[in-house]
Amino acid sequence: MKAPRNQAGHHHLERTQAERVERDQAERDQAVPARAFRGRTVRAGGGLSVRVDIRAFTVVALLLVAALTASVVLIGTGDFPIPATDVLKTLLGNGDAGQEFIVNELRLPRVLVGLLVGASLGLGGALFQAISRNPLGSPDVLGLGQGSTAGALVMIVLFSGSATQVALGALIGGLATGFAIYVLAWKQGVHGYRLVLVGIGVAAILTAVNGYLITKADLVDAARAVVWMTGSLNGRDWAQVWPLLILCAVLVPLVLGNARGLRMLEMGDDVAYALGVRVERTRLLLLVAAVLLTAAATAAAGPVGFVALTAPQLARRLTRSPGPNLVPAMCMGATLLVVADWASQRAFGADQLPVGVVTGVLGGVYLLWLLATERKAGRI
Amino acid sequence: MLVDSPPEPSAETAPAPPTRRAIRAAGLFVSVAVLVLVALASIAIGAKELSLEQVWHGLFEDSGTYGDVVVSERLSRTVLGLLVGAALGLSGAVLQALTRNPLADPGLLGINAGASAAVVTAITFFGVTSLSGYVWFAFAGAAVVGALVYFLGGSRGSTPVRLALAGTAISAALYGYLQAVMIMDEAALGKMRFWTVGSLSSATDSTIGQVLPFLAIGTVLALVLARPLNAMAMGDDTARALGAHLGRTRALSMAAATLLCGAATAACGPIMFVGLMIPHLVRSFTGPDMRWILPYATVLSPVLLLGADVIGRLVARPAELQVGIVTAILGGPVFIFLVRRRRTAQL
Repeated sequence: MKAPRNQAGHHHLERTQAERVERDQAERDQAVPARAFRGRTVRAGGGLSVRVDIRAFTVVALLLVAALTASVVLIGTGDFPIPATDVLKTLLGNGDAGQEFIVNELRLPRVLVGLLVGASLGLGGALFQAISRNPLGSPDVLGLGQGSTAGALVMIVLFSGSATQVALGALIGGLATGFAIYVLAWKQGVHGYRLVLVGIGVAAILTAVNGYLITKADLVDAARAVVWMTGSLNGRDWAQVWPLLILCAVLVPLVLGNARGLRMLEMGDDVAYALGVRVERTRLLLLVAAVLLTAAATAAAGPVGFVALTAPQLARRLTRSPGPNLVPAMCMGATLLVVADWASQRAFGADQLPVGVVTGVLGGVYLLWLLATERKAGRI
Repeated sequence: MLVDSPPEPSAETAPAPPTRRAIRAAGLFVSVAVLVLVALASIAIGAKELSLEQVWHGLFEDSGTYGDVVVSERLSRTVLGLLVGAALGLSGAVLQALTRNPLADPGLLGINAGASAAVVTAITFFGVTSLSGYVWFAFAGAAVVGALVYFLGGSRGSTPVRLALAGTAISAALYGYLQAVMIMDEAALGKMRFWTVGSLSSATDSTIGQVLPFLAIGTVLALVLARPLNAMAMGDDTARALGAHLGRTRALSMAAATLLCGAATAACGPIMFVGLMIPHLVRSFTGPDMRWILPYATVLSPVLLLGADVIGRLVARPAELQVGIVTAILGGPVFIFLVRRRRTAQL
């Protein structure tokens, strides 16, 4: 990635020295060792061709298999265990009535919410990390999680709201926070580093607001609020599945359609301009999508910690390919969340430990490792 | 100002002309006067309004009337606010100099969160109940996170963004841990939810007595470090050439910051942004000389903390808004303003 950087140096747009230094550094952060493209080019008739990265493709396939296997196991787990074969039979519509009720009404929606939330968080996290050009720039660090939490806590503490109202509050809180961060970071465009720092400031304010709301609550509401804040898949049903599914169906193709532009953006704004990307528009579009995905996922399951941080990074390490790795990140998020949910039920008994605790612990350990290795590589 | 233009060492380290020194000294006196006024306000204002006469009576002719009891309660609170405010401001100033990062703050770098997590662990899992017991855990937590973040900050090509991100990410992980503890133990939730927002309401004479020695040592240590930190501001090579012991200065600075914010957090819970705002404010009229920044920060940080505490008592009367919440709400916008204004990468 030497060449694009030099090219960027020639663009003397009216930027301050400092911003250039920062950007150069950010570019260096993202610079991956140059390697030959290890994939296949599939040619179709009419001059169309598609490049397929075989390793990434395999990783995605394996992750999907893992996510589905974990889902089947998770559906079979609980106070009333069901063997995997029966789960599959029931899912295909051949089960007995009792199993059908347990699977289709109780456990399937929960697993689906888990898959969708994981996928949304993984994709949202990958987008945020690519836009902020930092492996730590995930929505839970940048204040979106706190914003959703503030919205939800207002509903829980001040209005003792129903689950739907809490979800709505979370959604509004997340979207408003995303909007506020973007506006506050705007200064003739939004730069990755300003976005990150403004996000951190907003996160700090909102953390204090959330702490205040919890001290205002009585102990029962406070306990409910803390469980919500950790992120839990308990008692999720079809009412959470449909909105999330529709949102993903709209946003995922939209985001993937713009993935090319995002990859150019990772090389720095100037390079992206030069390569014909409408920088600010692409960034705004992808940010809106990322905020929507994260806010919707958080509304459904609470701010499940660190999935958005870890999923894209783990996916990236598995595929070993440069760029934002959107699809692998999505699959990794879904797999992570379902496996974590299974672990939280299996290890501590159903309803005992919200899934967010498991992902939080996992995320914490991962974070330490990331800080150690990335620092060594000079990327953090 | 240090951060807007590169420091001009020669102008700053040479003995300042007497007039400028006189102005700065006078400014320090004015600051002390303001501090006294804010401290009086902190005693007079609250759920029960007291006249200055009553305050005087309570302070100097205590005869056990209701007003006198209120005064003595608020006096402990004010003294604790003074100590903790000074500690947070000083540790912020030291951390900013040490990391050469204008956005350093014990809260933002996760050091407060480290101390909090350690204190909650001590209370929940080790059954430690007294402040003098868990203050050691607070030091350990603050030191571990501080070392971790500093280790990152010391790396090549470290920028404010990276340091702040590392601190925030570590804080997020630690707050996740705190939540997990609170979920599993409802009794802990009952106690901890008030402590984790940062409040002066726990102040008693014994609280003050227990943290005072640590804060005193930390304060002296920080003030003594002014000269070596001045040298370090010029870059490692110049500092070494000037005869500063880099390793020793860094270690002592970390020790001072850890003592100050560990003890402050153990006493009041995590309070953010005081250590960020005050050094910036101070630098805008003292320039980059740590020999002035540190004393000013010692005097002005409690002004901010007590002021925030008074505001918290006024806006939510008869209840109160915890001081940690008020400082975050005041400090967050200041932080965002600094981010927007400054050429962050240069600092």
